[in-house]
Amino acid sequence: MKPIELTKMQSGENGKIISISGGYGIIKKLEALGIRPGVDIAKISSQLMKGPVIVKLGNTRLALGFGMARRIIVEPYDKKDSAGVYE
Amino acid sequence: MNKKKNRIKRILLIGNPNVGKSVIFSRLTGVGVIASNYPGTTVEFSKGCVHYKNDKIEVIDVPGTYSLEPTSPAEEVAVDILKNAIKKKDSVVINVVDATNLERNLNLTLQLLKMDIPIIIALNLWDEAHHIGISIDTKKLQELLGVVVIPTIAITGEGIKELISRLDEAKKGSYQYEDKERWHEIGKIVDQVQTIRHKHHTIFEKLSDLTIHPWTGIPIASVILILIFVVIRFIGESLISYIFEPIFDYLWQPVVMQLSLLLNGKGIIHDILVGELIDGKIDFGQSFGLLTTGLYVPIAAVLPYVIAFYLVLSFLEDSGYLPRLAILLDKAMHLVGLHGMAIVPMMLGLGCNVPGALGTRVLESKRERFIAATLMAIAIPCMAQLAMVFGLLGKYGVRGLGPVFLTLFIVWLIAGILMNFTIKGESPEIFVEIPPYRLPYFGALLKKVWVRIRWFLHDAIPFVLLGVFIVNLLYSLGIIEFLGKITAPVIINLLGLPLKAVAALIIGFLRKDLAVGMLLPLGLSLKQLIIASVVLTMYFPCVATFAILFKELGFIDMMKSALIMIGSALIVGSVLNLIL
Repeated sequence: MKPIELTKMQSGENGKIISISGGYGIIKKLEALGIRPGVDIAKISSQLMKGPVIVKLGNTRLALGFGMARRIIVEPYDKKDSAGVYE
Repeated sequence: MNKKKNRIKRILLIGNPNVGKSVIFSRLTGVGVIASNYPGTTVEFSKGCVHYKNDKIEVIDVPGTYSLEPTSPAEEVAVDILKNAIKKKDSVVINVVDATNLERNLNLTLQLLKMDIPIIIALNLWDEAHHIGISIDTKKLQELLGVVVIPTIAITGEGIKELISRLDEAKKGSYQYEDKERWHEIGKIVDQVQTIRHKHHTIFEKLSDLTIHPWTGIPIASVILILIFVVIRFIGESLISYIFEPIFDYLWQPVVMQLSLLLNGKGIIHDILVGELIDGKIDFGQSFGLLTTGLYVPIAAVLPYVIAFYLVLSFLEDSGYLPRLAILLDKAMHLVGLHGMAIVPMMLGLGCNVPGALGTRVLESKRERFIAATLMAIAIPCMAQLAMVFGLLGKYGVRGLGPVFLTLFIVWLIAGILMNFTIKGESPEIFVEIPPYRLPYFGALLKKVWVRIRWFLHDAIPFVLLGVFIVNLLYSLGIIEFLGKITAPVIINLLGLPLKAVAALIIGFLRKDLAVGMLLPLGLSLKQLIIASVVLTMYFPCVATFAILFKELGFIDMMKSALIMIGSALIVGSVLNLIL
């Protein structure tokens, strides 16, 4: 599938992080919590009106602001719930 | 191996946020520190001591950090402490690693291994990892990293003894890697040591998603917030009417009465210790002696609410709900130039503004810290003050309490929006780990409540006694009357309060609870009580909070903040005087 911004991925979908579009600061900040290219990410939910996006990486759940989430480019996996959020 | 080893003088507990460093600290030292289930509980380091082979070693509980490249003041503190310890060459690092998040935690570990300091690893939350189907081959991990790895369950104390007894096996890392390749290396390590069995999703995980999903989360949050309020009032009032008031009325009153008789009911000593007798009897609220009002206010009127508040807050903290509330309120907090996690200092401030002011350190930028600290000082009354406001206005119900809270909320919002517009700079977005829900561990929770109550008793009672003393002094020297005359235009004309309220406003600099208590004998009308309660909250922080804010914000920002407070208190007080 075509890479898209994390904010455009559906809640409940899984994907692989392709790249982070941003400067050194934001890349480092995201990386410190394990958000970096090549990692699988599941989107759990997002708040209304461009509020924070909730994701799951490995065993960690994170909330990140909409602007930050938009910088994360992901490639969604084909089958919805292929690896399900809970499984 | 190094034959001549320096004696260990200091242990640093370093690790990611919310991995249990503070719990391990308490286990090691017996010193009670606040540990909670959200990242960033420890914003200031705490020190304690542990006895080890006839030596006393200092233990430092370092604020959590995800990496050695800090992004917030709390993380800067962590890196500074580490750098200092490296220079002194007499310290050991206990790197606390969350076994349920090995990969992310190893990022910090690998950075630490490059530092010139001996390290030992505590693989904490071992039971939780096991529970969710993660097993880690500690032997293999130890082999790969080249340092000792000990599984621990801090909350029950498992593994802590071994951790101490093997402290002198700590050694400098020998793991070689290129910085660019760090994550790649971590991946290689994790692949070799970690196996994940079938993960059964817990009920907590489902609950977690329900409480942050907007459609379900917001109703749940509203219910929880109302519940908090109801439970605090219920516990607080019950403690007062069934325990604390009877103690004062039936046990303490006769004692003080005897003393009063002994002193013939008059004289300077009588005035200072017992105060004024009202109709020949002691009135704990109004007599205003050190042994009457001076003890009654902090112990019988305020302490019950402080206990109630910290029971509820500690439960919320340990369950892991606070970060979820932060996420739900994130969008709203952006209105005032903050992000969701700023609710943590606000909630702490509701207990006491001092920890609230310290809690602003979880915020990344100076601008956010200024806004958060100012908003808290202006519009968040501390529990001590609230308890007294409940006492004064509670009998009017919503008619009395409603206008106070509504006004403070509107002030919070408007002051926040104005600051957000006028202060330059942007606010960073929320970026926070959401901890799993955990059932609070009852023993640890009570201990934490006790630590906080002890702080309160320790800090509040001397100040209240001092306040009572000063009031008596100022009255007898005629200073209050003098100040009353000077400030009459403001107090009478603008705020619509009687001249005598000036005494309360003066003592409000020292202790807010006592200040509200001083309104009691003035026989104020409902309107005046509302205005006085609001103005007392807003016009200035108490001296303890002021000192902390001064330290956190610096001189210039503190002056700005103080001007905002005094200015808005006068405006809001006058407006209330006009419209109520």
